[in-house]
Amino acid sequence: MQEEIKIEFKDTNFWYNSKQILVGINLKIYSNKITALIGPSGCGKSTLLRCINRMNDLIPISKIDGKLLYNNENIYEKDTDVIELRKEIGMVFQKPNPFPMSIFDNVAYGLRIQNMKDKNKIKQIVKESLEKADLWDEVKDRLNLSAFRLSGGQQQRLCIARSLAINPEVVLLDEPCSALDPLATAKIESLLRKLKNERTIIIVTHNMHQAKRISDYTCYLLNGKVIEYSGTAEMFDNPKNKLTKDYINGEFG
Amino acid sequence: MPNYRNIKEKLIELLLSTASITALLILIGIFVFLFITGIRTFTEISPTEFFLGNEWNPTAYGEPKWGILSLVIGTIIVTFGSLVIAIPLGIASAVYLSEIAKPKIRETIKPVIEMIAGIPSVVLGLIGILFLSPLIAKIFGLSSGLNAFTSSIIVGVMVLPTIISISEDVLTSLPNEFRESSLALGATKWQMIRMTLLPAALSGIVAAIMLGLGRAVGETMGVLMVAGNSRAMPISFFDPIRPMTANIAIEIKEVVKGSLHYEALFAIGLVLFVMTFVVNFISDIIIEKQVRKYKW
Repeated sequence: MQEEIKIEFKDTNFWYNSKQILVGINLKIYSNKITALIGPSGCGKSTLLRCINRMNDLIPISKIDGKLLYNNENIYEKDTDVIELRKEIGMVFQKPNPFPMSIFDNVAYGLRIQNMKDKNKIKQIVKESLEKADLWDEVKDRLNLSAFRLSGGQQQRLCIARSLAINPEVVLLDEPCSALDPLATAKIESLLRKLKNERTIIIVTHNMHQAKRISDYTCYLLNGKVIEYSGTAEMFDNPKNKLTKDYINGEFG
Repeated sequence: MPNYRNIKEKLIELLLSTASITALLILIGIFVFLFITGIRTFTEISPTEFFLGNEWNPTAYGEPKWGILSLVIGTIIVTFGSLVIAIPLGIASAVYLSEIAKPKIRETIKPVIEMIAGIPSVVLGLIGILFLSPLIAKIFGLSSGLNAFTSSIIVGVMVLPTIISISEDVLTSLPNEFRESSLALGATKWQMIRMTLLPAALSGIVAAIMLGLGRAVGETMGVLMVAGNSRAMPISFFDPIRPMTANIAIEIKEVVKGSLHYEALFAIGLVLFVMTFVVNFISDIIIEKQVRKYKW
């Protein structure tokens, strides 16, 4: 089966100050799959993720070259509409980071910045998004409660619901479970498996078991370079590169 | 062998606790003095006349008047006017410094703004008399520019650094996650500021305004110099006024110590003290809440 390419890095380099973080990245990310980025701390996996929705733009002393294609268009052209791009490529962060407002307002935030006024429509989408994030049953009676009152795992699912509300094509997750306990992690993993039917998911994780459990493709990064990239089962059963083998066998990292 | 280190520690402890107890005693002493002297007024003047009478003329021959209402309203007008000027300017500057200005610009502007707080109020009063009030008289076609409007501007300038500085601190201290997650949802910078940062910082900004308000209520010298100091009940913003602080400063040098007039001035001081105390107390509570809200 021919798989559709959603995102493609072409000789992408990234510098922070004068330090090169990403070195000649070539990588194809496929539609409706979960792709896991693994590697030791500081290998550049979060930076790589943040190139895709141009969050790195916020760092004034950074520089990028090469191409990064999204739906076959380079998103680092001068006339790229970054605001529009970020509406199509959602992001969930390492630490659950709801806004200091009610559960409802958190999910409605993305709709309100798009000037959606129709209250019934907003209600409808908030409900659907919370359902997709497996949170609706837990919060449906207390939507006006402050989001900070939820547990860590619930907050993270709220953040997922918040990004789903504006119906992104791609969801980027930056170590979304690193602050959560195993049960909360399991919930998020089953949720991601469901979501990939409709969306492309890229997840950064330091947890190799997590990558193995949920991803279709895995990319191993080391010192800003792609060391190995293949189907997840293939990579974990039969790594081609010795560096990959050492890492997944836990010999370092 | 005696333990010298231990003795030294004890001495330092003693010194520090003596200093803080002394400071506390002085403050309590001031309050007690103010209270005892001020409260005596009400043995001769009824609180109704004092608080609700709108004529203040303690030296009138035969029938002195003790109503402080026009003075209180003078204070309220200046406070209100100064905040109307300082709040929008202050919040806008704080947002600019915290979210828009490049680090270098911020590091230059912030100390300059804090320096304004260090300008003696008598200097601002002088600027008010010599430059601002003639200008305002000319612009609005008034016979004198010494009025509530001019005082509001002068006090507004005095309050501005407090509002900017504290609001900026509150905005800067908001977790960066709020900014990132807002932008990641496709918000523009302005939407991020308006819909995420300002609501999150609201209570801190309110506290900054309250502190400014406390300063505006208590401000004396700058106001005294530009307010016009008429005892008549003000009707418009361009009327001369005599706020409570200015009234005390003007009359205290003419009264006989221990006279009823003397005591009544202390009673005004007591009212002022209560006003600023309440304002500061409320802002303390708000700041405390703000600090606790975002401890994760």
